[in-house]
This record gives sequence, structure tokens and C-alpha cells, in this order.
Amino acid sequence: MREHTVLRVVAQLIIPPILIFALYVQFHGDYSPGGGFQAGVIGASAIILYGLIFGVEAARRAIPPTALRITASLGVLIYGGTGVATMLAGGNFLDYDVLAHDPIHGQHYGLLIVEFGVGVTVASIMIAIFYVFAGRGRVEDRDT
Amino acid sequence: MIAHFVSQFPILVVVVPLLTMPLVVLAHRAFAAWALYLACTWAVFAMACALFARVATHGPIDYAVGGWAPPFGIELVIDSFNAVVLLLVAGMAAINSIYARASLAREIEPERLYLVYALMLACLAGLIGITVTGDAFNLFVFLEISSLSSYALIAMGPKRRALLSSFQYLIMGTVGGTFLLIGVGLAYMMTGTLNMADLATRLPAVFDTRTCQAALAFIVVGLSLKAALFPAHIWLPNAYTYAPSSVTAFIAATSTKVAVYALIRFVFTVFGASYAFEQLPLNQVLLGLSAIAMIAASLAAIFQTDVKRLLAWSSVAQMGYIVTGFALASTAGLSASLVHIVNHGLIKGALFMAVGAMAWRTRTTSINDLAGLGRTMPFTSAAFVVGGLSLIGVPATAGFISKWALLSAILAAGHYLIAALVLIASLLAVIYVGKVVEALYFRPRDAEASNHDAGEAPLAMQIATWALIALNVAIGLHASPELTATGRAAHALIGGGA
Amino acid sequence: MTAFFTETVPGLFNYWVVIALMMIGFYTVIAHDNLVKKLIGLNVFQTSVFILYISMGTIRGATAPILMDGPAGDHAVYAHPLPQVLILTAIVVGVSTTALGLALIVRIHEAYGSIEEDDVLAADFATQDAEQAEEDERSRAAKAAEPHAPSGGDDGAEHEDDPRR
Repeated sequence: MREHTVLRVVAQLIIPPILIFALYVQFHGDYSPGGGFQAGVIGASAIILYGLIFGVEAARRAIPPTALRITASLGVLIYGGTGVATMLAGGNFLDYDVLAHDPIHGQHYGLLIVEFGVGVTVASIMIAIFYVFAGRGRVEDRDT
Repeated sequence: MIAHFVSQFPILVVVVPLLTMPLVVLAHRAFAAWALYLACTWAVFAMACALFARVATHGPIDYAVGGWAPPFGIELVIDSFNAVVLLLVAGMAAINSIYARASLAREIEPERLYLVYALMLACLAGLIGITVTGDAFNLFVFLEISSLSSYALIAMGPKRRALLSSFQYLIMGTVGGTFLLIGVGLAYMMTGTLNMADLATRLPAVFDTRTCQAALAFIVVGLSLKAALFPAHIWLPNAYTYAPSSVTAFIAATSTKVAVYALIRFVFTVFGASYAFEQLPLNQVLLGLSAIAMIAASLAAIFQTDVKRLLAWSSVAQMGYIVTGFALASTAGLSASLVHIVNHGLIKGALFMAVGAMAWRTRTTSINDLAGLGRTMPFTSAAFVVGGLSLIGVPATAGFISKWALLSAILAAGHYLIAALVLIASLLAVIYVGKVVEALYFRPRDAEASNHDAGEAPLAMQIATWALIALNVAIGLHASPELTATGRAAHALIGGGA
Repeated sequence: MTAFFTETVPGLFNYWVVIALMMIGFYTVIAHDNLVKKLIGLNVFQTSVFILYISMGTIRGATAPILMDGPAGDHAVYAHPLPQVLILTAIVVGVSTTALGLALIVRIHEAYGSIEEDDVLAADFATQDAEQAEEDERSRAAKAAEPHAPSGGDDGAEHEDDPRR
């Protein structure tokens, strides 16, 4: 679709706001509807749009699949690591109260970090799924 | 600090595999991935042992995730019943980790090996999560984690037929999972709680409503699909046959057992045996279906030409024994059910490992291709024979203990027809095990095959197989620790349900 | 009967939709041969359950469960947030299942050149029959070659006797 000027221009205009909106949904998620999962999907949709308009190869150059493997794992580690940190601080798993001097701030920080982990993983996995499906050639011959 | 660390074990048995999974993905290289897998499963096994010992001496352990007090937060509960299942799952994973490296290296391309280990860890985390959780919705989530990873693991099998087997399992498994979700939703609708203990106290008030009856029906059907209870077993033979050997050994020993555990947990702890078995005719339904499963699946097993498929059909039959036990709704029956959950896990784990070891050498699992292996692979073949004897229920093996417990429970309940069917199914087991043993020992090895397939399987695979065989014999010779643990568990469950 | 049409049907409108979607989805899963259609049926089936959960958390006239400050917040009636959170989890599970199912379908298409279950099964049965024929041939050959073949013969006889016992 490289030759469609309208699509290219609109995509270029719209991708940055999508990413900003993803970040808003991510980090404002504890005051308003949102959170890691939604933000991850919104952010991934920006990259998927880029891939649809400019080609999967261009998207792969921007965000290589190897990087996705690492970020997806890191997201899970951020999530679980927060839980482990709360355990080390003397609470139960994911008991954010112990993360700061008082429970309210603790809950706040804990939620922010955990949701960040969720967002990173969800965005990575969504993009990875897109790469896997879009990168698959139309193989008609049978190979096992 | 140490005491705090120990008090975190109930969540750590789930979190450690869940967090090792991304580390395995980051490690990427096959050997590093396997080393992490090995370390993780043994750590989980050690924690499971500690939990088991603690439950045996100090009684049930509750753990509030996130510090949120139940029934509002998610609660993990380990009592004498699921401690046994936890020990089985963690133990099978630990022994499997020794076995997996050599076995998987033959069947999967090296660059995809780390994914298999990551998925095995996800599956382990899911299965342990189902076992330890005290929250009905949380159980659904863990069930889907373990199921999704199983679908992917089965699809990694070396033959192309693995793909459709996995897809069929995915469809049936998801329908089962969704049924469970509906059932839990209906129960939630009537009570406003998802905590199992809380549900158990609130449900009796609404027992007469149709919503509550529908909830139990949906949950039983959904979990029966996951447990491959006849007639919802269609996915199982193909899935077990085409999955990689080490995956089959792990899933066959744990996955359906954990689903049955969940079924028992819902029927006895959440709804209560008197509701399910006296107000509703669940026991007649389950007894009938399991009787058919025992006979029909054993007959089907006799006519298989592939050892893995033969053992898979036998698993469907054995599931009949397990369900028969708890459908009796007596302490003895429930105890027999739990004994067979453990023993059948050990038996099938050992047998699938032995078959996997043979397949490692011959690259096939068809009975004819295994002919004469008794001479070239004496240790593996002997392991298969002992495992087979245990499957039949010969004295001095674990299988005998579970058959004995089951038969005495059935006779005590006065179901003589069912007892006769159990015995007939055991005779059928003699035939299908005998069929494989006959091929192994009493038929000559193909001349062309023996030239390049001579020799035993790798030592690690034999050690893992024989470890399970040794457990089988040890339980067969000295069953009292196991029977004490299961008897206590059954008492706790029946007492809690009534 | 009139109460049924004036109250039960509109009052339980959501639940009627749930039942309809559930049956449509389940029927599609069972009846269709095309694997993609099966998967879509599965999705419809799951969606009906999502609606079931959301419906039970709804209160007529309630707002979204976001805490409001000030006087508006004091008298506000909120919808129950827990079913919505639960169903978010179930949706994630559904998305994962769909992605995995589609990935399997792509691989099946690559391996068999078809996504019709009948075609795939037919291809499988063809392979299986060929293998079976080969196995039977070899069993016969093995038994013929065996000079002391009673063990194999006994085995065959027991097949027929045992179930009737």
C-alpha cells in the first residue's frame, strides 16, 4: 500500500497520537478507565497500522522480533518482580502496602509498576502475533 | 525472615515456574533453558514437599494473595487433600525435567527447544495454580493457562497429525473451560462470592433454585471435558499419541488428574456431597459413565497398534476407576479415588517415559517396530513390564493398592456389578499390556532395524523412568504412608462437605 | 402468559440474547467443517458468556464504577465492577485461544493444503490406513516367521472371549 499517498499521510499523522494515547491510558489508568492491557493493545495497534501501511518489513526494522521476545519476557518479570519485591519487603505476594512508607502510596506505586509490566508484555505479544501471521507466506505446497 | 519465606511457599510454588518462564525465553539457548527448567521444577518440588509436611503436622494453610483478606481477595488454600495432588504434580515435573532434555532433543528442532521448556513451565504453573487456589474464578484462569500451554505443546509433536489433534483438543478444551466459566458465573450470580469456602456456606440457601442446579451441571460437564471423562474423551487418544514423548509423559500423569481434582473440589467442598449425590442424581450418572469408560476404553486399547495410543485409551479407562471412587460418595471411595489419582499418575508417567525411551532409539511407537526390543533395550523393556504389571494391578505394585482400595470401597457400598466390571477391566488390561510385552520379548527384532538402532536409551531417561518404577514398587510394598495421607484427606473433605 | 411477554421477555432481555448467542456459537462449533468457522463459533460462544457476566453486574440507572468526588459521588449508584474485571480476564483468555487456534489453522493449512476438517481427516485416515495395512502385513509376517507362535495366537483368542465373561 506504499503508493496510496492518502493512507501514508494519514497514517503518519495518526500514529504518534495513538502512541501518546496509549501512554495516557497506561499511566492514567489508576485514576480513569484504562491500564496495562488496554494501553498495550492501543500501542500495539499503532505499530500494526505502521506495518499494514508501510509493509511488515519496515515494521520489523523498526521493532525487530528479537526485541519483542525480550520485552515480552521483561514485562512478565516486571510484574512478577514486583510481587517478589513485596515478599522481600515482608508482605504477601503483590501486597503493595509495603512498597512505600504508607499503604496508599504503596498501592499507587505497586499498581503503576505492575500495569507497566502488563502493558509492555501485551504490546509485545500483540505485535508478535501480527508479525507471525503477516509474515507467513501463502505456502500452497505440503510440508510437514 | 526464614519463617516469612516459608510462609510464602503457597504462592511461590506458582510464581517460581511463572517467573522462570520469561527467564527461559530470555536464555534462548537450549541447554540454559533446560538447566533453568531443571532448577525450577526441583525447587518447586522441594517447596511442595515442605508444604505437604507442614499440612500433615499443622493442618490447612491459608494464604491471602496481595494481603487482601478472603473472601474479597484471592485465597490460596492447601489442605490435606490438595497437598497430595500438589506433591504429585511437582514430583512428576521434577522427574520429567531429568528425562526431558534427551527426549526433546530428538523430537524438536534445537532453535525451538526453549519454547517447549517455557510452555512446560507455564503448564506446570497452571496445574499447580488449579491445585492450590481457593477461588473458583482463579481456578478457571489457571485451568486455561495450563490448557493453552498444553495445546501448544501437543502441536509441537513431530508428526503433522499433531496439529489437528491439538486443534480438536483446543476446541473441546475451550468449550469445557467456557462451561466451567458459565457454572462459576451462575454460582456467583446466586451468592455474590467466588471464594470456595464462602460459596460453600452461602450456596445451601439457594440449593432449590434452578440456577444453582444449572451451575453444578455446567461445572461438572466442563471439568469432565478437561478430565476426558467418557464420553468427553475424544480428544485424548490423539493428543497423547502425537505430542512429544516427554510432554505426553508429563501431561498424562498430571493434567487430567488435576481436572478430576478440581471436579472433586467443586462437588465435595463447594456444593457438598449431599447436594450433588442425594438431592441430585450425580452419582448415578458418574457411576454409569465411568463403568462404560472402564470397559469400552479398555476394549479400544486392545485393538491399538501404537503403544502411545494404547496407553492413552488405557488412561481413559483408568479415569473411569478414579471417577467411580469418588462417585461412591463414601470416605473409602474418595480415598481410593485419590490413591488412584496418585498411583495412576506414577504408572502412566513411567509407562509413557519407557515408551518415549524406546521411541528415542527406534523413532517410532508402533508395536511392531518395537518387536524384540527386550533384547536390545533390556532396562527400558523391563521398566515397561513392571509399569505394565502395576497398570494391571499385580500385587506388590502401586496399581494393586489402588485396585484393592477401590474394590473394597465398591464392595462396602454394595455395588457388586461395578466391582465385577472393575475386575473385567483389569483382565482387559492384562490383554493390552500383554500385547506390548509379547512384542517386546517374544518376537525377533527386525534385522535391518536392529543394525542402526542397537543399544539403550540415554542414561538420564532411564534414571527418570526407573525412579518412577521404583516409586510404584515402593508404594506397592509399603502403602501405609500413602493410605494414611489419602484417608486423612478424604475424611477432611467429606467432613467439610457435610 | 401476558406477563411473560410484557415483563419476562423485556426484563430478561440480556439473558435471552445470551442464550441465543450461546446456541448459535455452540451449533457453529459442532456443525461446521471449516476450522476457521469453528473457531468463530467458539468466539461467539465465549462472547455470550461475557455478556452473561456483564449483565449480572448491571444495576438499572447505575453509572460506570468510577468513584466520583463531591455531592454527585455521595448518592451515586455504581454498576458492580467485579464481573467486568473478571470478564476482562476471560476476554484475554479468549484472545489467546483465538490466536493459538488461528496459528494452528495456518500450520494445518501449510501441512495439508486445506482447512476443511473432512479433508484433513481424510488425509489422516489415508495415512493411517496405509500404516495400518503395513502393520498388519508385518504382524502376519512376524507370526508366520515365529516357529513357536502360541503367545500371539492366544492373544487373538482372548480378544473374543473376555468381554463376554
